[in-house]
Amino acid sequence: MTGGLLGALAGLVAQLRNVGIPVSPTEHIDAAAALRHTPVADRAAVKVALAATLVKNAEHLRTFSTIFDLYFADRQRDAVDGDTTDQAGGPVDGLAGAGAGPGGGVLAQLTDQELSELLRQALRDNDSTLLRAIAGLLVDRHAGIEPGRRVAGTYYLYRALQAVNLPAVLGKLREELGGAQPSVAGRIRGLDADARVEAFRAEVEQEIRARLVADRGVDDVARTLRTPLPEDIDFLNATRADTAAIREVLKPLARKLATRLARKRRAHRSAPLDFRQTMRRAMSTGGTPVDLAYRRPHPSRPELVVLADISGSVATFASFTLQLVYALRSEFARVRTFAFVDGLEEVTSLLEKADDLLEVTRALNRGTSAVWIYGRSDYGHALTVFRRRYLDQVHRRTTVLVLGDARSNFLSPRDESLAAVAERARAVYWLNPERRELWNEGDSIIDRYGRHCTGVYECRNVRQLRAFVENLDG
Amino acid sequence: MSSSDPAQEGAFASADEVAAMLRRVGYLPDAAIAGVVHLGERLGKPVLVEGPAGTGKTELAKSVAAATGRRLIRLQCYEGLDEAKALYEWDYRKQLLRLQARDESGKDWAQIEGDLFGEDFLLTRPLLAAIRAKDPVVLLIDEVDRLDIETEALLLEVLSDYQVSIPELGTLKATTVPLVYLTSNNSRDLSEALKRRCLFLHLDYPSVDREREIVLSRVPGIREDLAEQITRVVAALRGLDLKKHPSVSETLDWARALLLLGAEEIDEATLRDTLNVLLKYTGDITKAAAKLADLAK
Repeated sequence: MTGGLLGALAGLVAQLRNVGIPVSPTEHIDAAAALRHTPVADRAAVKVALAATLVKNAEHLRTFSTIFDLYFADRQRDAVDGDTTDQAGGPVDGLAGAGAGPGGGVLAQLTDQELSELLRQALRDNDSTLLRAIAGLLVDRHAGIEPGRRVAGTYYLYRALQAVNLPAVLGKLREELGGAQPSVAGRIRGLDADARVEAFRAEVEQEIRARLVADRGVDDVARTLRTPLPEDIDFLNATRADTAAIREVLKPLARKLATRLARKRRAHRSAPLDFRQTMRRAMSTGGTPVDLAYRRPHPSRPELVVLADISGSVATFASFTLQLVYALRSEFARVRTFAFVDGLEEVTSLLEKADDLLEVTRALNRGTSAVWIYGRSDYGHALTVFRRRYLDQVHRRTTVLVLGDARSNFLSPRDESLAAVAERARAVYWLNPERRELWNEGDSIIDRYGRHCTGVYECRNVRQLRAFVENLDG
Repeated sequence: MSSSDPAQEGAFASADEVAAMLRRVGYLPDAAIAGVVHLGERLGKPVLVEGPAGTGKTELAKSVAAATGRRLIRLQCYEGLDEAKALYEWDYRKQLLRLQARDESGKDWAQIEGDLFGEDFLLTRPLLAAIRAKDPVVLLIDEVDRLDIETEALLLEVLSDYQVSIPELGTLKATTVPLVYLTSNNSRDLSEALKRRCLFLHLDYPSVDREREIVLSRVPGIREDLAEQITRVVAALRGLDLKKHPSVSETLDWARALLLLGAEEIDEATLRDTLNVLLKYTGDITKAAAKLADLAK
């Protein structure tokens, strides 16, 4: 095995650890051993071998794939623009690189308009060679990569794709692939268009990364890549793509937590002796009680009351937390949810029917009594309304969960309402999606409320949310 | 740590070879599956297969057994599975009989005690059976995520060293290294220790092309374009946010149903009438029907 390959492997492992994928030394060794049995020239085979040995969690596979592509660059791609890089000794000389690619000579003469047309045809015929050439050309012409600048490349991607008007191409492609046929299946075939365009976008992205790597070196690019694992994405800064990624990890997580909580409850063996049953069993052993019988354990399931701030700034956080709580609802005797901004409204039945909680919160924000006057969070008023209307529903077995950043917009905190709730409830937990350093800065009055809570937790990402829910039961 | 049997060496020469072997027994692997199966044998490591229900995890282990002509030993995991059912147990009835027969034999106690805990009195359970097998075997540990976390530790010695330690007998080592496959539905996180000892294979729903191939090979007599439509619809359904996505076996059921009904093409009416073959929740059916009707507009 060549030293270069082992070096690349070491870089890959270091970078995986860097983004939070745990790779033990044993696994590193296994990966090296696996490469001995893998045709090293076959990039796909190498990827399979490394994925199987280094990544043991399906949710990490996508991140692995991105980093792998950096460290084990596509040989074919290198052949296209590698030599020009060497000659120039630094930044990639654009058009010459594409000229060396397949069909590049003719391609380079096309206008953007014609290129867009060609792209559509290539996508329709699924011609990967041509697609790759077009991707290369687009990056050369429009991305305008500046050597030495330390950026992640999304900006370049945007610039490169703008020229060919991808949405329009997608629309036409959809029609072409399936629209003419009247059948359902025909239209479903049209859906394939989305996948192909997405693949092309990935192709361009990879092309850009290849150039960046040539310019700055692998490790540097990997550092600026910022590929957080889905469980580490900050709720408050989540983009739409992030939200989708988070939702994907949340589903299996809810299932796992439910299994765990159910098991924990069943394992709880402190039930009293069932004397009658024991004596009856003793009959078969001559009156000696050998086999003891216990009463069925009767664990009390807690009731859960969730107070969720659904104002714009923290809505995503609330919706994810609620999604998790609702997936676990069989583990609680009852779950009631109240949404508030400056007013307060029970949304339990709404949430039970809806399938997308984010939709619900948006609908709520548009017009219900959750919004009272301003449309900005007023914790004081919301808590007071809760106390006045629902305090008698809170009792010894109720756990109250407050979701929000405790930013009161400098309105009166009225924390005595929370104190009154806390006095009746079994426990009050406050989950704050803001980073701890920002607590109590500006209009944040988390400490003032925190005094009355059983616990206040920072809940910025799925990892922290999970840690909290795991311990909620016990 | 590869197997020393020359026949086996030849069988697992490359990932392509593995793929061809699996195809011969009717399992259509993709590159990742063939690659990991190949590596598992080469490195002498267990393969942990994880993925949603109905993607052919158990089938993979069975097919590997069939393709290599190895015997399949299966351990079905469930909550409360213990050492006595997974590893070994002393046959205490037989031991009692031996004790009662003591007087006639006239042996002294030390000798009898030695006898009592000899291999004759050992009841082998799947894990030990796989270790002690004289012939090459495939060991399938099915739904390992159903084990209690504490019980998971039972597997570790078997998985990493292919041996079982029995206090009264010492350590029993495997004579031939078994091919081990563990399957998991990911209903809980497996321990790091277990994962570290395994190669990881994530089996997701197959790609449209591969699923079409599966339909064509498993449902004889189906037309190619119908199979294409079927797999596209199923793929679209898997893209929706449903309680339970259609599995590969449900795709096959649907294909058979459409074949029986003599459907030429999937139109709205057929879809409406047969969606319940694919989806098993009323909520899912309503939602999917609405989404598919949107598409038809």
